[in-house]
Amino acid sequence: MTIPEIHKEFHTKKTTALELVQRAIEVIEKKEKNLGAFISLDIEAALKAAEKVDERIEKGEELGILEGIPFALKDNIMMKDKNVTCGSKILEDFVAPYDATVVERLKKAGAIVIGRTNMDEFAMGSSTETSFFKKTRNPHDFNRVPGGSSGGSAVAVASGEVVFGLGSDTAGSVRQPAAFCGVVGLKPTYGTVSRYGLVAMASSLDQIGPLARNVIDTVLVQSVIQGADERDATCVSDERNNPVYDLESIQNLGVKDLKIGIPKEYFTKGLDKRIAEKIGEAVELLKKQGAQVILVSLPHTEYAIATYYILCPAEVSANLERYDGIRYGYSAAVDSDEETKNLFDVYFKSREKGFGNEVKRRILLGTYVLSEGYYNAYYLKAQKVRTLIAEDFKKVFRQVDILVTPTTPTLPFKLGEKLDDPLQMYLSDVCTVPASLAGVPALSLPCGIVYENGKKLPVGIQLIADYFKESLLFQVGYAIEKLQK
Amino acid sequence: MALSAKQLKHLSRLARLKLTDKDTAIFQKQLSEILGYVDQLQKLDTDKVEPTSQVTGLVNIMRKDSIDQSLPRKEALKNAPEQLEGFFKVKSVFD
Repeated sequence: MTIPEIHKEFHTKKTTALELVQRAIEVIEKKEKNLGAFISLDIEAALKAAEKVDERIEKGEELGILEGIPFALKDNIMMKDKNVTCGSKILEDFVAPYDATVVERLKKAGAIVIGRTNMDEFAMGSSTETSFFKKTRNPHDFNRVPGGSSGGSAVAVASGEVVFGLGSDTAGSVRQPAAFCGVVGLKPTYGTVSRYGLVAMASSLDQIGPLARNVIDTVLVQSVIQGADERDATCVSDERNNPVYDLESIQNLGVKDLKIGIPKEYFTKGLDKRIAEKIGEAVELLKKQGAQVILVSLPHTEYAIATYYILCPAEVSANLERYDGIRYGYSAAVDSDEETKNLFDVYFKSREKGFGNEVKRRILLGTYVLSEGYYNAYYLKAQKVRTLIAEDFKKVFRQVDILVTPTTPTLPFKLGEKLDDPLQMYLSDVCTVPASLAGVPALSLPCGIVYENGKKLPVGIQLIADYFKESLLFQVGYAIEKLQK
Repeated sequence: MALSAKQLKHLSRLARLKLTDKDTAIFQKQLSEILGYVDQLQKLDTDKVEPTSQVTGLVNIMRKDSIDQSLPRKEALKNAPEQLEGFFKVKSVFD
């Protein structure tokens, strides 16, 4: 069921908000043992919130479209008085002192928080395996990863534990798990959604985005969370950042006469043939509907991962300086197992014990590329290549309206397969990183199933549009969704 | 680009991040591999390219210089491992 359908059922009294939340809880009780999607749950509060929504229905009041809809938050988005761990030991006991803007907006819209979901530690990873707390499993095959870093939210949506989830996407952390779990995931244009209350990873790239079961639900969530916010200076406050989407046009405009670009760099030898086939089939369907398909080139695509793994660690090393064992978080100074003689010791040992390996690798790498003598060769160089990558997109969008690519080069990989080989893990983001570096919006949606060893594994198709053209992503995404039915 | 054990030790001090001997050995290998990979950027001629640090064209944004409510002291200290008389408590900086 879509959110508009649920909304209708509330008003026609076919279902109640309480029933919907109870159903979510039942699914969680049944499946959570195998999936491990959540870090913390708000069962009691969710039931109470649902009762209040039902009272409003009883009184004949008109509900908002997201009112009474159960959702999940990635555990790096703050909700007042609740733990926010970022999947890290260093924030294990941290209690959020305020609501993130997106949480404030969703609360105001009447959506009901079911809980906070598992993630790679501080959103660093592509498999949700680097979490300090647990591993989350892919609902389509428990031996495989759900993708990451927003793996918990993707699994919660895919398994029916919630209707939608929020994630954060820095290099593909919403889109890649969406593809691996068979749901829709949006990385909005950089600066369209406020990050006030999102724990920072790489600030020039981080963006909050929705995960949902279909395109229309994604649009409805995005229109609530998007928009200017003076508490986040990087959030665009001019007319470009317009959160109003016309559902009618999204559903009716179709793809006739649209110019769809197929960038050849995304279809190289590293791409699983079965994925290439599925994308090809979708493109054929679009062609039949009157879309014009054009082969294009984004020549700097191959440099995106290298660029990202300089810029991201650099920003990480600066952003994570705040975990010092003094103001909040794990502290070796109060750990009876640790001896700390002076302030340096407190920093040194709190960070050693509080952070996991991937976080440590990126802090060290970032410290290196920003250190004296290396800044120009690495950091400045990468910032310049970032310009070239962004220009590739600007040029190509003079030629075509939208790009179609795979979301991931492979099907969901096995748990543990890439955990000890960071470079291989990094390369799994090869299709999603370029749009992040350029800041343009991208949407991943399901594009068929591949059978492997008796399991049905989802394939994701990625649509990329020019800055602030989310409505075009939704329009084409909706068309693909409809054509596949 | 190989990273030496000495360099890694220096980075560990700069980043205030203690590394065990075991970590040092593993990270030295892994970080060297990553640095080897990112070295491919050197192939590109970027002499005439401007660096990008912000993608949506925003420049310095200031809020109005007006008094606003901030986090109350009690709230701000709530997550502190150690506090004393309304302050964060820290160890001595010098031995």
